[in-house]
Amino acid sequence: MRRLIFSRPKSLRDVEMHYCAGCGHGIVHRLLCEAIDELGIRERTIGVAPVGCAVLAYDYWDFDVTEAAHGRTPAVATGIKRVRPENIVFSYQGDGDLAAIGTAEIIHTANRGENITVIFVNNGVYGMTGGQMAPTTLAGQKTDTTIAGRNLKRDGYPIKILEMLAVLPGVRYAERVSVHSAQETLRAKRAIKKAFKTQVDNIGFSIVEILSMCPIYWGMTAIQAAERIETEVATFYPIGVIKSY
Amino acid sequence: MPKIKIDKPKCKGCYLCVVNCPKGLIKISGDMNIKGVKAAFFSRSGKCTGCAMCAVICPECIIEVYDT
Repeated sequence: MRRLIFSRPKSLRDVEMHYCAGCGHGIVHRLLCEAIDELGIRERTIGVAPVGCAVLAYDYWDFDVTEAAHGRTPAVATGIKRVRPENIVFSYQGDGDLAAIGTAEIIHTANRGENITVIFVNNGVYGMTGGQMAPTTLAGQKTDTTIAGRNLKRDGYPIKILEMLAVLPGVRYAERVSVHSAQETLRAKRAIKKAFKTQVDNIGFSIVEILSMCPIYWGMTAIQAAERIETEVATFYPIGVIKSY
Repeated sequence: MPKIKIDKPKCKGCYLCVVNCPKGLIKISGDMNIKGVKAAFFSRSGKCTGCAMCAVICPECIIEVYDT
């Protein structure tokens, strides 16, 4: 009899996702569910879905999820965690959500050292609204609002949020990973699991940044987008542990 | 021999599994699925080791891996 060695995790509902072909969100959703299942915390997990491409994430996860205003997921997660400290609370955010409109929330949540986990998916553009420039867009990258490429003089520099947060004493665990290849995806899963373990063990604030593909708004195929992460994006946003306990 | 099962009607055609299979056993089919996408399929042209790299990278989570 054939034995199943890899299948959909229990926390991931068997529904079709609305993401474009080759989008990294689907991979990150699954890694999150695998980590939650392996730690056995599904019954006491509460997620906070962002505004952005992952706005419908609650349709795909089979645990409690709530929705927050744009960029305010860490603030909502703080409230939930303080009222229900026995629950595992995580905030799922994109780069337009966390690095632009929600910068104040993430910095102060990290500074207070709230015992929550933040999953930060960085694809360098605003996907949901049509591919505009995000604060994390690389120099020279073409988007809908920077048609000649991002001009550092006019648009400023890309923000390295993780390095910025790592200087705060409240942050206990910060790691940057990627989902552009199977090997890196396995590494990303270990990082997400460790971030949740940080919260389960009551150590403090944990954040994982995941470099993800957006083939549609990068104007390339999924395979080219995965290559671009390796050759361009990961050279500016280096993959690895930024801070650990 | 291990084998994989791809849920072809749900494939969106990103082909990340095709480039991530170390043995090159996943190919692009010639006909279209219900979405109008040329889905990836498992060609039994070589020996699958059951490493599950295709399933790990699949954004749609539609690949299942079976041991013998």
